[in-house]
Amino acid sequence: MDISAIFDNTMRGLVGEQFVYFALAAIGLNIHFGYTGLLNFGQAVFMAAGAYGLSMMVVTWDLNFWVGVFFGIVVFPFILAVLLGAPTLRLRADYLAIVTIAAAEIFRIVVRSPSLDRWTGSSDGISGFARSFYDLSPFDPGSRYFFDLFIGNQMWVVLIGWTVLAAAVFISWLLVRSPWGRVLKAIREDEDAARSLGKNAYWYKMQALYLGGVFGALGGMLRAIGTQSAQPDNFITDVTFFVWVALILGGAGKIMGPVIGAALLYAILNFTDIVLRQGVESSYIPESIMSGTQVGQVRFMLVGLGLVLLATFRPQGILGKKDEMALDDR
Amino acid sequence: MTDDSLNTVSGVDVAAARASLADVPWEPGAPKPDPILVADDVIRRFGGLTAVDVKHVEIQRGVITALIGPNGAGKTTLFNLLTNFDKPDSGTRVFDGTNIDKVPAHKIAKYGMVRTFQLTKALSRMTVIDNMKLGATNQAGESMWRSVLPFLWRNQENEIEVAADELLDRFNMLHMRDEFAGTLSGGQRKLLEMARALMVRPKMVMLDEPMAGVNPALTQSLLQHVIGLRDQGMTVLFVEHDMDMVQEISDWVIVMAEGEIIAEGPPASIGANQAVVDAYLGSHHDSALDLDAEL
Repeated sequence: MDISAIFDNTMRGLVGEQFVYFALAAIGLNIHFGYTGLLNFGQAVFMAAGAYGLSMMVVTWDLNFWVGVFFGIVVFPFILAVLLGAPTLRLRADYLAIVTIAAAEIFRIVVRSPSLDRWTGSSDGISGFARSFYDLSPFDPGSRYFFDLFIGNQMWVVLIGWTVLAAAVFISWLLVRSPWGRVLKAIREDEDAARSLGKNAYWYKMQALYLGGVFGALGGMLRAIGTQSAQPDNFITDVTFFVWVALILGGAGKIMGPVIGAALLYAILNFTDIVLRQGVESSYIPESIMSGTQVGQVRFMLVGLGLVLLATFRPQGILGKKDEMALDDR
Repeated sequence: MTDDSLNTVSGVDVAAARASLADVPWEPGAPKPDPILVADDVIRRFGGLTAVDVKHVEIQRGVITALIGPNGAGKTTLFNLLTNFDKPDSGTRVFDGTNIDKVPAHKIAKYGMVRTFQLTKALSRMTVIDNMKLGATNQAGESMWRSVLPFLWRNQENEIEVAADELLDRFNMLHMRDEFAGTLSGGQRKLLEMARALMVRPKMVMLDEPMAGVNPALTQSLLQHVIGLRDQGMTVLFVEHDMDMVQEISDWVIVMAEGEIIAEGPPASIGANQAVVDAYLGSHHDSALDLDAEL
């Protein structure tokens, strides 16, 4: 067993790129679900909006990188929020759930359609849009940084990611403790009560959907920059559910919940992956139980088991308060 | 700011408003000397069922009006129509001189009309004080852009908190201000909902079954609070089953049955009204109705 490899991989999960992407998307989902009660089952489409907003502007339409960033995190999520929200936010919460999960798949399937190859690169996706980003990197691509965990370009992505993440946490903290955030919570608790007190619930839900979508788009855009490609299959339905897992694990309706949740989720995934992989390689785990190719699936089974235990013994998540959660049932 | 100035509606002479009801005829749709809310030809159908069919009704300003009727009479439906939480198939409603037919429900509060709900809507996972502060209208910090710049709304927020604390004190709930509303008892939730409604600084308060599920110990205190609203110049319209409350505090009673208004009058007159007796007990019932015993 290589203890240092286990440590490195776990740390990479805890603070690395995947953590950053998913923590950002989960912060967005926390505004949707944790604070406003919106059931968004298509956070992946907001992430895809960020990735494709940037890559299509830069590669397909040959615009400046920063124009692409603007489109990816401001314009595309706005269009999406209006398209998804306008028909559903006046209805019961379930309708948004249905529409978002469908929209995420529609977007992915349309984007990977061969007939759109010229614009979206179909299933190969788009690459070569992130040069301006890496040109700004102060890190030497050949060296390793941060306890030798990241090579230069990764380090640049992660550093920017941490900065954006810190800003996102700060902004969402400011938002939810303001009177605006109080209206969101009131809508989560009871929309009609908020309406009877003069709050335009529909308008607030639209704002929340958009804002949470912007954070999702930031996560998706950083992911596209980090992998230097925007691919449709990076935004499959599973991605949405990873974001949900991160949020529920950490605690919905808590500012740091999505951050802690995403860090732990990827630390656990990486830890079980490397431990099982090494176990198989060094024959601690016999071939009859598990082969090297099965490790990927088994670790998700273990994470699934962990989630079942969490749901049983700590349904409020790591940061949530149990008595607060119990208030719902009264 | 004292308790009295906090929610007093200026320009309403409560004693005169109550006295003026003496000249109002005891008949459905009777014109009032100073109506704050007027509804005409309001019809609401659910499929083939006509739930509400009100030709004309006026609610007098500055008094407590009770809306009663047997189960299924359409009281809550009419209530929802008057507050725009439901849209009528046809008809017009005028509040304080303004036609509100096209006004969305959330704007009604800004016109000065606020409602409570039959199933109390305390916002469980918010503290009592946050419930209260939510009620204030025209808050700068409720805009998404301004919300991230606390200096733009901090002062207003502090004023709102002072007003909220004063109201909580008046409703004897100040000791619970930092508890989650979900931990309150049913009666306390009713009190909170009423206090929260007052944060809107309404001209008219609509209470949907304010006594439902409240233990007797709190009933008297709730009744006094409702009378208190009127004495500060607010118009109160409430739906209620509890006849004690109707007899004790209302200045005027409107009786509905099968979607229509069948009788109006001061509370003492209602029990002897033949249409009311028929509605509650079926026709051919000869004796006057002892409402306390029947309901």
